[in-house]
Amino acid sequence: MSGEAPGILIVGAGPAGTRAAETLVAHGMAAILVDEGQRSGGQIYRQPPQGFTRPAEALYGFEARKARSVHAALASLGEALDYRPGTLVWNIEKGIAHTLGPDGVGRIAFDSIVLATGAMDRVIPFPGWTLPGVFTMGGAQVALKAQGCAIGEPVVFMGTGPLLYLVAYQYVHAGARVAAVLDTSRAGAAIPVLPGLLWGGRTFAKGLWYMTWLRAAGIPVRAGITPVAADGERALEAVLYRDRRGRERRIACTGLGIGYSVKSEVQLAELAGCEMAFDPLAQQWLPEADEDGRALKGSIYLAGDGAGVAGADAAELRGRLAALALLADRGIAIDRALQARLRGRLRRIMRFRNALERALPAPFHLARTLPDETVICRCEAITAGDIRQGRALEPAELNRAKAFTRVGMGRCQGRVCGPAAAQILAAARGCDVAEVGRLRGQAPVKPLSIRAGAAAAVEDRARAASI
Amino acid sequence: MSEPSSTEAACRLVRLAETGRPGVTIHHGGRPLSALAGDTLLTALLCNGVTLRRNEFDGGPRAGFCNMGACQDCWVALEDGSRLRACTTEVWDGMRVHAPDDAP
Ligand SMILES: Cc1cc2nc3c(=O)[nH]c(=O)nc-3n(C[C@H](O)[C@H](O)[C@H](O)COP(=O)(O)OP(=O)(O)OC[C@H]3O[C@@H](n4cnc5c(N)ncnc54)[C@H](O)[C@@H]3O)c2cc1C
Ligand code: FES
Repeated sequence: MSGEAPGILIVGAGPAGTRAAETLVAHGMAAILVDEGQRSGGQIYRQPPQGFTRPAEALYGFEARKARSVHAALASLGEALDYRPGTLVWNIEKGIAHTLGPDGVGRIAFDSIVLATGAMDRVIPFPGWTLPGVFTMGGAQVALKAQGCAIGEPVVFMGTGPLLYLVAYQYVHAGARVAAVLDTSRAGAAIPVLPGLLWGGRTFAKGLWYMTWLRAAGIPVRAGITPVAADGERALEAVLYRDRRGRERRIACTGLGIGYSVKSEVQLAELAGCEMAFDPLAQQWLPEADEDGRALKGSIYLAGDGAGVAGADAAELRGRLAALALLADRGIAIDRALQARLRGRLRRIMRFRNALERALPAPFHLARTLPDETVICRCEAITAGDIRQGRALEPAELNRAKAFTRVGMGRCQGRVCGPAAAQILAAARGCDVAEVGRLRGQAPVKPLSIRAGAAAAVEDRARAASI
Repeated sequence: MSEPSSTEAACRLVRLAETGRPGVTIHHGGRPLSALAGDTLLTALLCNGVTLRRNEFDGGPRAGFCNMGACQDCWVALEDGSRLRACTTEVWDGMRVHAPDDAP
């Protein structure tokens, strides 16, 4: 044991974790905040490494003000918060978080924990998607935001969801050559009539704005397409798709960003002991929690996209609400009027999100009908056919399929292939995807790098520099 | 189309901004490659046309995918035997990356 008395631990320094930390500190609480990233901000407000010079406006566009505010909020906490960047939590059990940080492995004892672990791209595999040059939409965005690079020349973006038009816009804006934006949804712009969408008019208007801007910039935008394949000998050379009339098309490109909105990162919540429930809208198993993010049992609080995807503004609200719930549970006086206001704002966003998810469901039918030879698990090259052959197993638990075909046993633990694999298995069995069960989170949630040599090298460099 | 043999033709990442950073040199299989301070190892290798790895199961060339530490498809080895996730590791001057004999 570390000898320290257990306290409050927050995992994740994105908008949710940052606002949770800020709220706790404002109430005089001590807390530890860890994030595996070197710099705070999470996905949307990700900061490039030291030495990069583009201003917030160039990095975050419309969201520059919010990005600055979230970064400043964390910086302002100073010594009052024990912030530990570069620290991965790879397991949680019995009030102990197991970490891997700059000084190697460690343990943090806690009596309350706020999990603000965020989200990653939702991926639907298709033939050729393992070729060099194919990235997730988020990966393409990280290349630009945090490294100043485009994923190819020219680039195509394919999939659906808010990131599709946003990332394409950011690329064109930064001077990248974008050959096309291919949207699997037909609806495109034709849905603002849904009553729920009125609640999020601003968010929705932004999506429309990006799409219109791209068209005006002469970028071909095609809706209602079906992905066919990523093509290339040793690396990506072109993307093949069928247009809405069913004609096959080919676009030459060396970079392809794919994604179908995002999905919650839930492994730690599960290891911490949260009850999991299948969310039919997200088509994902999510930790159960009340409106404020209070898990059903234990002193576990969930905040931000890790507790179900609702976006960055909601993440800030949910970070605050989770912290307020934690404080209230400890008998600390909180501002109930503020809590009510935050809940109201969150409800409006959730209404919009739900309407959007319903209007633009992830096209999982694309996964169910993939040819047998398509690689689904990119860690271990397991194909759709392998998964389908696992269907004789009873009960039809994805964990059994995993034992059979090893889907989800690869390095990524099914983060990438899990949702598609579940859909393929469900289709093969003719059952609902909720019935095939889920891949359980396992420790370590990410492979631990053997850094001994690297650490020694860093020390050597430091020594060399000081001589 | 001719075979993309020169590293230039096979560049996978294209620099658009932030190119004024100080240069660093890393080594891939002994070959010196130029990179910029603050590059991740993934950026540095792909900007030099080096594909990161081959998949152990189907032998296919791989060059990362998520670029954010989630998919684990970018692990590479250093010459000292340590293994790193290329998309979340910043390069340092003199970094020596192992290149497998069949490096793609
Ligand atoms: C690639 C990507 C790009 C996105 N871009 C946009 C965008 O441009 N606009 C938009 O509105 N929304 C975007 N989103 C949606 C985004 O998830 C939310 O808007 C917002 O970032 C959610 O905030 P959060 O605090 O819940 O999570 P995040 O911002 O994702 O922060 C979670 C943090 O937790 C850390 N973490 C996770 N697991 C661990 C662990 N085990 N140990 C230690 N640290 C851990 C991560 O390093 C991360 O910093 C994007 C999502 C993704 C995946
Ligand atoms: S590219 Fe996915 S973990 Fe590095």
